[in-house]
Amino acid sequence: MARTRYGTDRGLTVRMFGTLFGLGLMYVILAAALYALGFSAILILGISGALLFGQWWFSDTLSMKAMRAVEVTPEQAPQLHAVVDRLCAMADMPKPRVGIADNDAPNAFATGRSPDRSVVVVTTGLLRRLNRDELEGVLAHELSHVAHRDVTVMTVASFTAILAGFMVRSAMWGSMMRGRRDQSTALMFLAVMVVSVVVYLISYLLINALSRYRELGADRGAALLTGQPTALASALTKITGDMASIPTQDIRQMESVSAFAFAPAVAGKREFTLEQWFSTHPPLEKRLAQLAKIAGELGQR
Amino acid sequence: MGFLDAVLGRRKPARPNLDSLFALPSAAITVQAALDFVPTGRAAVAFRSPEGRAFADVEAEVRALLDADGGPPVEVREDGFGFDWVVIGTDPADLGAAVIDAHAVNTSLVEGGFGPQLLCSLVSFRGPQDEPLALVYLYKAGTFYPFAPKSGSEQQRDNVRELQVRDLLTGELPMEANLSRWFAVWDAPGL
Repeated sequence: MARTRYGTDRGLTVRMFGTLFGLGLMYVILAAALYALGFSAILILGISGALLFGQWWFSDTLSMKAMRAVEVTPEQAPQLHAVVDRLCAMADMPKPRVGIADNDAPNAFATGRSPDRSVVVVTTGLLRRLNRDELEGVLAHELSHVAHRDVTVMTVASFTAILAGFMVRSAMWGSMMRGRRDQSTALMFLAVMVVSVVVYLISYLLINALSRYRELGADRGAALLTGQPTALASALTKITGDMASIPTQDIRQMESVSAFAFAPAVAGKREFTLEQWFSTHPPLEKRLAQLAKIAGELGQR
Repeated sequence: MGFLDAVLGRRKPARPNLDSLFALPSAAITVQAALDFVPTGRAAVAFRSPEGRAFADVEAEVRALLDADGGPPVEVREDGFGFDWVVIGTDPADLGAAVIDAHAVNTSLVEGGFGPQLLCSLVSFRGPQDEPLALVYLYKAGTFYPFAPKSGSEQQRDNVRELQVRDLLTGELPMEANLSRWFAVWDAPGL
């Protein structure tokens, strides 16, 4: 058996596992709180579950509509398709559909409920700015998201946050309706509300942490697939550098898909570390550092 | 890909399967007998060369190895997508020798730890009217598919011919059943 240069990143694995464990723990605590307070959660669970399922099931269509992206055939975009073809052949994965969004902000995203039902979309701004190897790196990053089933994983992870959001609303509504008649009921709903807010906040932080680790995982997958970590690093630098100088007015519309996008759509300042916790993407320096490490590993004899 | 890999966001790199290449010479005889397409004796191995010193060293070793054995001449060419093609040309055409050298290139890359970088290999044929035809081998899937560009026209494939070749070779070679994986290799060196 031939040796391999592609070891796993144990630290990243541990962090991702920890984040997932935290999310699961939050869910258990929430369920226990619900039970203790005698809250009828089945309806809420059903509604939020159905909503999330719909979002996941139609994720490709929804995201394409949100980004105003159109699917392109190999005849319409032969170069783009050829790069995706080659990457899929090297990774031995089914070829996703390919789309282009007419948007000058350089970005790319992948979505779809399963690798067979996925679509990879790039913006025209990305195609204009990146050279061949950089574009290949970005596409490999998006294909890694597809291969890692990140849409499914993030949807499942989002379940707690959405559930908690529903609870906050229904608790508020419930306490307003019944609070005057019964003092203890009002207190109970107040307690549910406080628990929900805390749960929501923590699960939100955890989901964003998970998203950042998935990004690092996709960067790593892309660098190992193409063998060109430096090209990906250069693409990242170009995109995030450009993103910061673009007015956020237009780009804010992309917020809904930014968890699966290549670079965060809303450019922010990086002044204090608190902001990092609320970000869906790791800071550029961290991504570049990881790619530099992989480049070093590839160069070793 | 396992459940744990999905949860942890990682994926094992696909490994190449090299041995099917040796079935090519007998398949070539079938193609020649049935369709009058003659092997050119050229074989090409395509891979995405990773950056860094380690790969450059392995590549240099491969060249030295192939040049030293007094076998067919080899050259390395880069295509428009950043992929390197090692082209082995035999004169007079000797598909068996070309396949053996192509296999040696593969083995060297795999032993150097760069198996995941392999894209495909191809051997080329010429038809009675000099139409080009290639049998492309996908390492990661372990399957073959035909590629027949229409001569004289811009990036069009002769799909009828390709399906004909597939049907002809189905019993002999593992042919790729998923047609969406038959990706085009326009202007591939060695075609």
